Amino acid sequence: MRLKALLSIFLLFGGSGPTQREKITHLLNRMTFGPRLGDVELVQKMGIDKFLDQQLHPGKIPDPGIDERLASLPSLNMSIAEIYTYYPRPKQGRAPNMAPLSASQGEPPRRLLEELQAQKIIRAVHSERQLQEVMTDFWFNHFNIFWAKGADRWLTTDFEMNAIRPNAMGKFKDLLMATAKSPAMLFYLDNFQSTSLRGINENYARELMELHTMGVDGGYTQKDVQEVARTFTGWSIEGPRRSGKFIFRPRVHDAGEKVVLGHRINAGGMKDGEMVIDILAHHPSTAHFIATKLVTRFVSDNPPDSLVSRVAGVYRETDGDIGEMLRTIFTSPEFYSSEAMNSKMKNPFELAVSAIRALNGTTDGSRPLAQMIAGMGQPLYQYQPPTGFPDRASEWTSNGATVERLNFAIALAANRIPGTTVSLNEPPQDVVTKLGSPEFQTR
Amino acid sequence: MSLLISRRYFLKAGSVALAGVAAGPSLLFGRAEKDHPIFIAIFQRGAADGISMVVPFGDRNYYAVRPQIAIPEPTRSGDERAIDLDGFFALHPALSSLKPLYDEGHLALVHAVGSPANTRSHFDAQDYMESGTPGTKSVADGWLNRYMQTNSEPGASPFRGIALTATVPRSLMGPAPTIAMAQVAGFGIRGGPATAQIEEIFSKMYPETFEAVKMLRTANPEQYAPENGAEYPRSPFGQTMLQISQLVKADVGLEVAFADVGGWDTHANQGAARGQLSNRLKEFGDGLAALYHDLGDRMRNVVVLTMTEFGRAIRQNGSGGTDHGHASCMFAFGGPVKGGKVYGRWPGLATEQLFESRDLAVTTDFREVFSEILMRHMRARDIARIFPNFRAAAPLQIV
Repeated sequence: MRLKALLSIFLLFGGSGPTQREKITHLLNRMTFGPRLGDVELVQKMGIDKFLDQQLHPGKIPDPGIDERLASLPSLNMSIAEIYTYYPRPKQGRAPNMAPLSASQGEPPRRLLEELQAQKIIRAVHSERQLQEVMTDFWFNHFNIFWAKGADRWLTTDFEMNAIRPNAMGKFKDLLMATAKSPAMLFYLDNFQSTSLRGINENYARELMELHTMGVDGGYTQKDVQEVARTFTGWSIEGPRRSGKFIFRPRVHDAGEKVVLGHRINAGGMKDGEMVIDILAHHPSTAHFIATKLVTRFVSDNPPDSLVSRVAGVYRETDGDIGEMLRTIFTSPEFYSSEAMNSKMKNPFELAVSAIRALNGTTDGSRPLAQMIAGMGQPLYQYQPPTGFPDRASEWTSNGATVERLNFAIALAANRIPGTTVSLNEPPQDVVTKLGSPEFQTR
Repeated sequence: MSLLISRRYFLKAGSVALAGVAAGPSLLFGRAEKDHPIFIAIFQRGAADGISMVVPFGDRNYYAVRPQIAIPEPTRSGDERAIDLDGFFALHPALSSLKPLYDEGHLALVHAVGSPANTRSHFDAQDYMESGTPGTKSVADGWLNRYMQTNSEPGASPFRGIALTATVPRSLMGPAPTIAMAQVAGFGIRGGPATAQIEEIFSKMYPETFEAVKMLRTANPEQYAPENGAEYPRSPFGQTMLQISQLVKADVGLEVAFADVGGWDTHANQGAARGQLSNRLKEFGDGLAALYHDLGDRMRNVVVLTMTEFGRAIRQNGSGGTDHGHASCMFAFGGPVKGGKVYGRWPGLATEQLFESRDLAVTTDFREVFSEILMRHMRARDIARIFPNFRAAAPLQIV
């Protein structure tokens, strides 16, 4: 009798679950920038587990052709000092050697932005290491900096290439430390000017706890903000407008004892700040905050508590291993629930990239496409506040945005975006209708 | 199933009122009387330094706490001095274009205004100010949207509430239909010869959006050039002010407009009479003044209010800037405003008078200003729903 009841419950609910195809499409919608033609079948053949495993180890995925597509963007591989040499500030005359400069237009610093945007778009559309790209996007936004703030025009490239990208799938603490020592972050949140002599600047200390680690309700006080700021005095930039290297200046470091979240900080010198990074990376509020953000990005605008607490648990058990947290999310029942499927609104960048991928298109990521993405409300690398672009549907929906999304669909299907080409297997009007539909705005 | 949900969600979230669409354009263009009240909210994102905008030069502590970044007293000579308002407060010299409005009695200032919540987080403080519920994060809609919900009328225009921003600001989020558009000019389909055909298809998918597109095309706000010699700054903020003016003149039924402007988070190298903050204020003041002059007679029904999430610390920091503080100030102008006066009780700048010994204390809850404008100017019917659990102190009588 009981067995029979159980069986009927199973039939009732088990029978209405998603099909394998729906599951794979959902996975591709979230773990990648959207399926290309044939991707669903490919994963079907390979199996979800194997695909997930591959994506979690991007170094092992061959990525043919990407280097060639990025070859015309020389700034990506330059040191900050080289960037200052080859992309000089306007009004300083021409650079001694303009040879490595690509075909991109505009003032030298403007070209840096265009190359940065182009590599982001190219990789999102064409790289096989899709999860790596999704996570690079996610962490840049988490540690958001504003390209147009002063020296960050020259420093942001290094931030993405050397602080974010190599650490996007590793341990959270390494990522946090890399951003803390990044000249771009030190400039953006003013810490390079925070000294024991002239006085502290609280900007970095506050955002470090509020936005990077513990979250605004994570349990720190104004006193903690000031104490953290004291520990980071002397973390600075050597020649912010020349070589742009991280430097610790012992002379302006506040050597006195600090108390942060109840911990006495007296390690001395640069170790003071490193100790704070360690405390924050191991704080339970950080585990919870990072888990919440990941589950919101990958599962739902209303992240299920059950999954958030499991992912936070994985964070604590694995010393903040990003790959293991992702594995937990992508193998969870919450991820495949009907509430989660198609519930996320694509932001303009995701919309543009997923549309090009869906039409097996190619792109050089150049200015016209970047401008269309900006026109839909997402100027890449140019979001001023440290919060990063929002990750909730309610923030991306409006009639104005709808109209711009439709205009993008029209331009793309007509192959009217210079540098971007798509192939159409059906009449353009049908393609426009699909790309403009409410369904295609979600993932 | 899930597709349906997302579709409905998308339509709802991005929708404008269907009510009255069938009634024809005359009713569509909003509140029947042409003289209906209009409210324009302008958010200075990043926490603008209140005591640099409206300088308390009469407070003897002001020059002591800011040795490098204070604005010189009005009694000094030269064009770097502050512009005296009432013998105690003075305008930052970069805001000189607002002084005539004050002299005409149409610009009021509210000082030491802010939130009862003590957060120094930009995000939380903006959220509290825009939800209108400081200290409570669970309220999903914004205060301006709740005004629109509680004062809605059948046949209301889809242009009742407009944000000149790429995405819907928190203040306007909620069930009452609103429109967000960064550019009035871009609000339409650019499909070349196929435009009409494409519009036809998408009108079925997004009927509300395209009603609005068609209405705006008919009203053609871009036809209105600046009047009365108004000169808008060429910056994005200046152009936003121009577009608000055009929407007012086009009589599309606008009741509430929202715009924002960033660049106020002056942690480093803030400057004094000249410099970073001064440049921002010049653009800000000139944009507001241009709007005022351009709208001319129409200002009799318009109230403009500026706001910022909090002020900045009283003492300058180690890098010639100011860290996050507490109270700041607001500008209110328009025909209905009882201007020529600085409102609010001045809490003082001595250490023992400061909030947590470091910031300007809040003596006026920002909701007192918001609610007074909504009640007395916008004739709000249900202020208790717009600001739950809030009871205003004695009215300021700004409007």
